[in-house]
Amino acid sequence: MTAIFYISAAIAVVATFLTITRVNVVHSLLYFICSLLATGVMFFVLGATFVAALVVIINAGAIMVLFVFVIMMLNVGPQSADQERARLRPHVWIGPGLLSLLLLIELVYSLGRYHTGVTSGQTVGPQQVGTALFGPYLLAVELASMLLLAGLLGAYHLGRGVMTFMDRKP
Amino acid sequence: MHSVGISLLIVFVVLACILGVASGLIWLERRLLALWQDRYGPNRVGPFGLLQVLADIIKILMKEDWIPPFADKPVFVIAPAITVITTLLSFSVIVFAPGITVVDLGIGVLLFLAMSSLGVYSLVLAGWSSDNKYSLLGGLRAAAQMLSYELFVGLSLMGVVMLAGSFRIADIVEAQRGLWFCGPQFVGFVIFFIAGLAETHRLPLDLPEADNELVAGYHSEYSGMKFGLFFLGEYIGITLISAMIATFFFGGWLGPVLPGLLWFIIKTFFFICLFIALRAALPRPRYDQLMSVSWKWILPLALLNLLVTGAILVSRTT
Repeated sequence: MTAIFYISAAIAVVATFLTITRVNVVHSLLYFICSLLATGVMFFVLGATFVAALVVIINAGAIMVLFVFVIMMLNVGPQSADQERARLRPHVWIGPGLLSLLLLIELVYSLGRYHTGVTSGQTVGPQQVGTALFGPYLLAVELASMLLLAGLLGAYHLGRGVMTFMDRKP
Repeated sequence: MHSVGISLLIVFVVLACILGVASGLIWLERRLLALWQDRYGPNRVGPFGLLQVLADIIKILMKEDWIPPFADKPVFVIAPAITVITTLLSFSVIVFAPGITVVDLGIGVLLFLAMSSLGVYSLVLAGWSSDNKYSLLGGLRAAAQMLSYELFVGLSLMGVVMLAGSFRIADIVEAQRGLWFCGPQFVGFVIFFIAGLAETHRLPLDLPEADNELVAGYHSEYSGMKFGLFFLGEYIGITLISAMIATFFFGGWLGPVLPGLLWFIIKTFFFICLFIALRAALPRPRYDQLMSVSWKWILPLALLNLLVTGAILVSRTT
C-alpha cells in the first residue's frame, strides 16, 4: 500500500506541473482531473475512503465538468494557445517560484520537526466523518453553507441581470 | 474474503458476462423494437438472427478507423474508452448474489456515483475534440444534462442509504429482506429511474446525440470501433442502471424458491426490457423542457423525499 501511495503522489505532482505548463486549456484541465483522481487514490490508501469518494464525485466529477463546460461554451480557438505561450515566459515564474520555495522550506522544516507522516491505517467510514462534521465541527459546516448560499444568491442575481438585458432587446 | 484465485475468476466471469450481455442487447433491442413496430427485425444470421451481433462486430472491426485531421488526436482517442471503463468499473461493486461480487467495498454506492459522474467526460471530450459544431453542441448538452441528472441519481439513492444505514451494497440488499425499498422509497425509485435514463442518455432522453437535429451529436466524427465503443458503453450503461434499480429498489438477489443469482438476472432483465420499451413508446422532449423539469420539479421532489424519509426515521428512533 505504501508503494501505491507514493506512485499516486508522484502522478499527482507530475500532473499538477503539467496542468500549469500546458498551453491548451482543455489539456491542462485534463491533467488537473488526473491530479485530482491521484489525490483520491492517496486518500483511499490512507484509509479515508469516504473522503476519497467525495474528491472523485465532487471535485473531479462535478466541479471540473463545469470548468470544461464553460471552456467549451467560450470555444477558445488556437489563438488562445499562443496567448498562453506568451504568458508562460521565464520571468513570470520568478515571483510564484520564490513564494513556493518559501512554502516548501516551511513544509520540509515542519515535517522534520513533528513527524506527522504516520497514519493509523484504519479505515474511516462515512459515519465517523458525519459525526465529526456535525459534532465538533458544526460551526465550520454552517459557515460553509452560508458561503454556498451567498454564492447561490450571487449566481441568481447575475442570471437575472442577463435575463432583463435580453428582455430589453426588441 | 475470497482467495485470489476465486476473486480473479469472479472478475473475468463478470467481465465476460457484461460484455456478452451488452453486445447481446443490440440484437435484443432490434428484435424487440421490431416486434413492437410490427416487423421482423434481424432474423437471417443464425437461429433467430442471434449471430447478427457477430456479423456486426466483424463489420465494425473491418471498417476504416478514421481520425479527422482537424481533431485533437489524443483526446479524440481516449474519449470513447472513458465511457466503457467507468461503466465497467461500476460493476465491480454490484453484489450479484451473496458472496458473488468483485469487491465488497464499504462505500459501494459512492463508487457507483463517482464512476457515473466521471462518465460525463467521455461525451464532453468527444464533442470537444471532434472540432465540429454538431459535436460541440452535443457535448455541451451532454455536460449540462448529465451533471444535472447525476445530482438526482445521488439524491434519490440517499433515501435508500438512510433506510439501510449503510453505503455497502450487500447491506442495502439485506435491509430489504422484509420489504423492498420500491415501496417506502417509491418517489426515490421514480426519480432514480428517470435520472438513470438521462445518465445513460438513452431515448427518449438522448438529447446529446439527437439524430434529427445534431446529425449524431457528440459522436458525429467517430467511425469504426471507436464508434462501437460508444455504442458498447451505452449498452453497458443500460445493464448497469437496470442492475442498480434491481439492487437498490427491488431486493437484488432476494426472492422465493429460485436461487439468488437467477432472481437478480430476472429483475435486471425486466428493467432492461422496460428501457427498450420506453425507447419504442416515448418521443424525445425538447432540451429546455428536459432541463427545466429537472431543476424545477425533480430537485424539490427529491429533497422533499429526503426530508420526509429523514423525519419518519427520526420519529421512529426517538
